[in-house]
Amino acid sequence: MTLTAPTRPLAPSRPPAARRAWQKLSPYAYIAPFFTLFAAFGLFPLLYTAFVSLYRVELQTPGDMEWRGLGNYAALLGDTFFWTSLRNTFTIGVLSTVPQLVMALGLAHLLNYKLRGRTFFRTAMLLPYATSVAAATLVFAQLFGRDFGLVNYVLGLVGIGPVDWQTGTTASQIAVSSIVIWRWTGYNALIYLAGMQSIPHELYEAAEMDGASRWRQFFHVTLPGLRPTIVFTVVVSTIGATQLFGEPLLFEGSVSGGISHQYQTLGLYLYEQGWGFFHLGRAAAIAWVMFLLILLVVGVNAAIAGRRSRKEAGR
Amino acid sequence: MPTARAARRAAVRLGAVALAGALLAACGGSTEGASDSAGGEVTITVDLFGSFGYKEAGLYAEYEKLHPGVTIKQTDTEDEADYWKSLQTRLAGGGGLADVQAVEVGRIASVAQQQSDKFEDLRKHGADKLKGEFAEAKWAAATGRNGEVLGLGTDVGPEAMCYRTDLFAKAGLPTDREELATKWSTWEGYLELGRQYKAKAPAKSAWLDSVGSLYSVMIGQQKERYYDASGKLIWETNPALRTAWDTSVTAARDGLSAKLDQWSPQWNQAFAAGSFATLPCPAWMLGYIKGQAGDAGKGKWDIAALPGGPGNWGGSYLTVPRAAKHKKEAYELITWLTAPEQQAKLFLKQGSFPSATGAITKISGATDPYFSGAPIGKIFGEAAEAAPVQVLGVHDQNIAQQITNALGEVERKGTAPEQAWANAKKGVENTIG
Repeated sequence: MTLTAPTRPLAPSRPPAARRAWQKLSPYAYIAPFFTLFAAFGLFPLLYTAFVSLYRVELQTPGDMEWRGLGNYAALLGDTFFWTSLRNTFTIGVLSTVPQLVMALGLAHLLNYKLRGRTFFRTAMLLPYATSVAAATLVFAQLFGRDFGLVNYVLGLVGIGPVDWQTGTTASQIAVSSIVIWRWTGYNALIYLAGMQSIPHELYEAAEMDGASRWRQFFHVTLPGLRPTIVFTVVVSTIGATQLFGEPLLFEGSVSGGISHQYQTLGLYLYEQGWGFFHLGRAAAIAWVMFLLILLVVGVNAAIAGRRSRKEAGR
Repeated sequence: MPTARAARRAAVRLGAVALAGALLAACGGSTEGASDSAGGEVTITVDLFGSFGYKEAGLYAEYEKLHPGVTIKQTDTEDEADYWKSLQTRLAGGGGLADVQAVEVGRIASVAQQQSDKFEDLRKHGADKLKGEFAEAKWAAATGRNGEVLGLGTDVGPEAMCYRTDLFAKAGLPTDREELATKWSTWEGYLELGRQYKAKAPAKSAWLDSVGSLYSVMIGQQKERYYDASGKLIWETNPALRTAWDTSVTAARDGLSAKLDQWSPQWNQAFAAGSFATLPCPAWMLGYIKGQAGDAGKGKWDIAALPGGPGNWGGSYLTVPRAAKHKKEAYELITWLTAPEQQAKLFLKQGSFPSATGAITKISGATDPYFSGAPIGKIFGEAAEAAPVQVLGVHDQNIAQQITNALGEVERKGTAPEQAWANAKKGVENTIG
């Protein structure tokens, strides 16, 4: 294997030992800035949060820490508001993620055709993503107003009575989800579009020669080709859905997520405990539960995706 | 203060963004009361919530003129709830505090009982001699366990009932404020008029804005609300609270409410649309009504005495944190701002009713053309004088929120009152826990 042997430099500028040491260590030096910052702003807060979650701490008297062990976690098990917010996080997650990804897929498929003004459409799709959560949510809150909102006005035209988009559990969750869908559909569509463009064109030609319709092409060529991209977007959207916070907070400006906690997500419940009631210990416990939940969900996700691709490979 | 509390939710929205900024700012270095610069140039920082109106009334400019070398810099968070969160974060961290910090009356018990070590005892600067100038209750509430004077009172919130004369006339109800005051001398009388109004009211117009505001104004008439004088939680068994709850439930069941969420954007829009004919109004609400109903509402509103007797809802204090840089100058500023002359000026401009007794006599003859020339000085002055001295508690604000949320469930979702009461109880336990 002489071909792959490294070529020796002609004139080593440094003593070989120091050089070798540098070569060994330099990668670490390059990544050090990131990991230093991560340790300070990622790892330390994470561990400190775990520490705080074992105590009873109030923001107003942060000096008096009272040991509670796993008491904060145990209390969460019996806390109906926690379970409500967990359930809300899940239902809002499904209500927002599923339509979002399906619509994104459809949009990407359409944009993949040769269209006039394609760049315009692609840019326009990304615009909601560039809008701030706060601005978008404020506008949506107006649209979903019970008495003077545009949505109810339009529904009224077709004879559907005014819907209380703030108070009803399902209605409010749909309203909150719609903000998420509006903001993220375009972003996901662009990711899908990029994925679609990496699928070799020959596959489509071959399918067309075999007489496959566009619909069948979509199902049998596009979807399998997009699998890694879809897994990626599902993972990212799931993490986003678990952490959902800005939209429900700003929808009515209520830290309780509505008068009956009807759209309070885990993130919002954490905020209510920590900065509404100043119970930092309990808020920290919720933060850790959220962290573990995300790990669990992403782990399950990855396991499913891994099994499927192994099955594919084994075919 | 007043209008700020009012803005509560309307502003959490944008406030959240500001809050993030405030939290970051709070991380900045802490400068423990370093310099009380003797003479020369001083910049006093003032951190408020809502619209105290000092700048608008020209009070800062006047003070700067009287005290050469002093510059006043004001920061303002619109929403009191956000302001309080940010203030607590900075107090916990010990940095980023202004020389003057405002505190709402619903929070003053927390300052007096839990955080007296974090605020300057104003006795050090000679506040003792001011005691006689303020309403007794106002002074007492900002006094710590060991007699520390932790803040000076700005305004109080004597309550009255604001109503729309044009809508009353359309429904064939009397519009004279004296006559109404007699007719609704009790809350039952108020609800009865509401039923008459509902029978003949213009379309899409309800008797009152929300049962939450009915509850809030009724509980404001009580001496003991959530805690008793010894600091024990009594809200659950407090018969007066239960009466306010039951009356609110009745109003909801009789369909007298526009089912709005107080301080929400919908509520704001409803002012212009005439969605409700009456609105329980503490003095500071006047400025809010003018702001929301605008010029179109001028002359359509009037004010009468509150059903069921006088009460108080809201009001504020100015404090000096211990970590402030210019404590002496800050104290001088707040003494001046809360002096009778300045408080009287603010009432005429903003509707914030003075807590300085000397100011009350100055404005007793005031009328307001926006409210059909109602004698606001007399109405609110009498209410302020007769309002009970409230027992304040650490969690007042949070408990009230849980109860009005539960009433909202009865009103807007048709939840059974017993169920809603249970929800409120669970919510309060979670809050205090």
